[in-house]
Amino acid sequence: MAARRKKNTDHNADRLAIGEDLTIYHAASQKSQFIDALVAASGHLDIDLSGVAEIDTAGFQLLMLVKREARRLGKEARIVAHSEAVRELIDFYNVAAEFGDPLLIPAQDA
Amino acid sequence: MDEITTVFVTESREQLAALESALLQLENSPGDDDTLNAIFRSAHTIKGGAGVIECGYIVAFTHVVENLLDKLREHAMQPDGDLIALLLGCADHIGNLLGVLEAGAAGPDAELAAEGDALLARLQRDWLEGDGGHGGGLPSVPPVPLATSGGGAVESDCWHISVRFGADVLRNGMDPLSFLRYLGSIGRIVQLVTVADAMPPAADMDPETCYLGFEIGFASNADKAAIERVFDFVRDECTLHILPPHSRLEDYLALIAALPEDTMRLGEILVKVGALTQAELDDGLARQQAGVVGDDVAATAPLGEILVGQQVVQPELVEAAVVKQKQVVDRKAAEARLIRIQADKLDRLIDLVGELVIAGASVNLLAGRSGNGELVEATSLTSRLVESIRDAALQLRMVQIGETFNRFHRVVRDTSRDMGKDIELVVSGGETELDKSMVEKIGDPLMHLVRNAMDHGLEMPAAREANGKPARGRLELNAFHDSGSIVIEVADDGGGLHRERILAKAIERGLVQPGQALTDAEICNLIFEPGFSTAEKVTNISGRGVGMDVVRRNIQGLRGSVDVRSEPGQGSRFAIRLPLTLAIIDGFLVGVGRAAYVIPLDCVVECIELEPDGSTRDYVNLRGEVLPLVRLRQLFGIPGVPPSRQNVVVVQYAGAKSGIVVDQLMGEFQTVIKPLGTIFRHIKGIGGSTILGSGEVALILDVQALVQRCASREAQRADGGEGARAPLAAVAT
Repeated sequence: MAARRKKNTDHNADRLAIGEDLTIYHAASQKSQFIDALVAASGHLDIDLSGVAEIDTAGFQLLMLVKREARRLGKEARIVAHSEAVRELIDFYNVAAEFGDPLLIPAQDA
Repeated sequence: MDEITTVFVTESREQLAALESALLQLENSPGDDDTLNAIFRSAHTIKGGAGVIECGYIVAFTHVVENLLDKLREHAMQPDGDLIALLLGCADHIGNLLGVLEAGAAGPDAELAAEGDALLARLQRDWLEGDGGHGGGLPSVPPVPLATSGGGAVESDCWHISVRFGADVLRNGMDPLSFLRYLGSIGRIVQLVTVADAMPPAADMDPETCYLGFEIGFASNADKAAIERVFDFVRDECTLHILPPHSRLEDYLALIAALPEDTMRLGEILVKVGALTQAELDDGLARQQAGVVGDDVAATAPLGEILVGQQVVQPELVEAAVVKQKQVVDRKAAEARLIRIQADKLDRLIDLVGELVIAGASVNLLAGRSGNGELVEATSLTSRLVESIRDAALQLRMVQIGETFNRFHRVVRDTSRDMGKDIELVVSGGETELDKSMVEKIGDPLMHLVRNAMDHGLEMPAAREANGKPARGRLELNAFHDSGSIVIEVADDGGGLHRERILAKAIERGLVQPGQALTDAEICNLIFEPGFSTAEKVTNISGRGVGMDVVRRNIQGLRGSVDVRSEPGQGSRFAIRLPLTLAIIDGFLVGVGRAAYVIPLDCVVECIELEPDGSTRDYVNLRGEVLPLVRLRQLFGIPGVPPSRQNVVVVQYAGAKSGIVVDQLMGEFQTVIKPLGTIFRHIKGIGGSTILGSGEVALILDVQALVQRCASREAQRADGGEGARAPLAAVAT
């Protein structure tokens, strides 16, 4: 499995890294991955999306879902690393503010 | 294949036929808006239907075609011969794709797919490219750099687009993202808000279902139709509302809770899309009302116009709303006018009516014998009703021949291009009706005749001009009713038939003996003999020598006939004669000896008494005309002595009159034609049999054969040949 979860004791946060495409082809399995990780997380879930080469609307919906679910469970899900594709999509769908994650703006855009 | 697919294929084929005829029409009147709209509508309907049954390959292909048609509709380009040829090719391809669907295959095979790709490539390359606007096929648009958002001042001249994607969009392989990116190619997305309120809690959330909607502020010079087109692919699967610039903000609050569209009245449509408010609508309605009161006679100005007059809505919006409303009404009206039923149900009905006619005749006979006046009166009323039912039932099967004719526009167009000839097809009498089963069977023979006329009949433009004729050849298709038959003519103004060549060929093939005297008509009709072709070279259009005799056989199979008249240098005219129906006719009952015969009433002109002068001449003087006689008693070898007073039934067929000599006239009789068994197939002069009310069998005379017999006997006699006076026991050949 391309995703892995490990305890990050320094920040008292669980970490989920997605290494495959966030597309409809994997959406079903990724949904349970996200939700399981979120349920298992003690308070914070850090999501690393730096390895996501491709993301579509189904993948985006999962991000919306995990954010919303975290809020409902009184936890926090943070996207700590964005790949270019993810950043672009979040930007396009104009949810950067709603997600509230720090986005690294590439130099040429700034 | 499930029911909805069947309906889709049937309807799409109809749409295709309409599309094709409109395309051909377009060639004659390029730029005609009605035609262009009709073409676009057909393509759009097919695409829409394909979307509903989720047939992706038809949607994908038709989409590109539709883009091109849309440009034509906007007059962004002019249709020329090449483009129309290409579009006709596309229509054919759609037809093939429908065939694939019908066959239940998962998709087109490699060959067909390659053909489709080639067509699309030509469309893209030659017609759609270099026009960065909205025309391009969606898949080919590269993702545009993302222009965003995150606030941005609301520009007052922004469109507002509100879209909610359907649940299955993602599952069907369509990503809202592509549409929104594509939207960015025709304008600037000023503001975009993602609405995910429809997404349920995690437990119920299906990751493959789309829950998203978007509210978009959009700056663009594109018109509403162009923006709508962006969402064409998902039109059936999304809720889309587009508000033009300067709309009021509160209008789209109501829009989110939008209602089903089709029962909306115009005003409500306008309110719904937010183009005007309820107050403005009420005001408009009030004015419309006042107008009616003020002037009863003048046509009431439509609501839309009044609203535009007050400048509360943009004219194009009213137009869009009116068109939409009209489409809804048209569709409902069309649904009410037509019902589809299966042909075999109809056949069953006709069979039953046939039985009813026979049973009715029997009742009539019995009533007449009983001498009970009231009973006779009641049965005569019944028989009149039966007659009406028979006519109505037969009418159900009648279709106009125009549709069959129209198919030939395409054939003529393509073939004349292939052959380098310039040919104009003139169709007349398309409203002439004939039995549906005949229409289906007449297509092939007609096709042969038309191709033959184009290939052998009409000359090359240069040769025509050399002969002092217009370069453009003229091919006519005509149909009309004539004494109980339908006549279908295929005429050309080409070179005509070469009698000498035909005769030489016929002698070479041993069809006629050298020195045999033949009339011009007989020579011309030799071309219907098997294995006869005078074309110097065999082309792929015709000329393999199998055509004409097949034509004649097919037509004879329908109890019809075909003959040809030709003027050298002026052209030829093929005339096909067919009976109107195969099932029931009005007959005229006559008696010879103890047997009864039926003559189709449509052929009967009059009845006269044969002067009892004991003469055995085979003609009489009918008001100065020579009327050849057919003596049935002689012809069929009926024993016994003729009564002292015989009658002559004057019949007419294909312009020739003959008299049929019979013993008695027994009056009109509805006749259900029962075919004779195959062993009687070669008997000439008898077309079928029927059952009389008394249960006896009567033979139906084949007037055509009798008249022709008369005519040929006359001709032979005129040539001084042996008179055909041999005792004529039912003439078998």
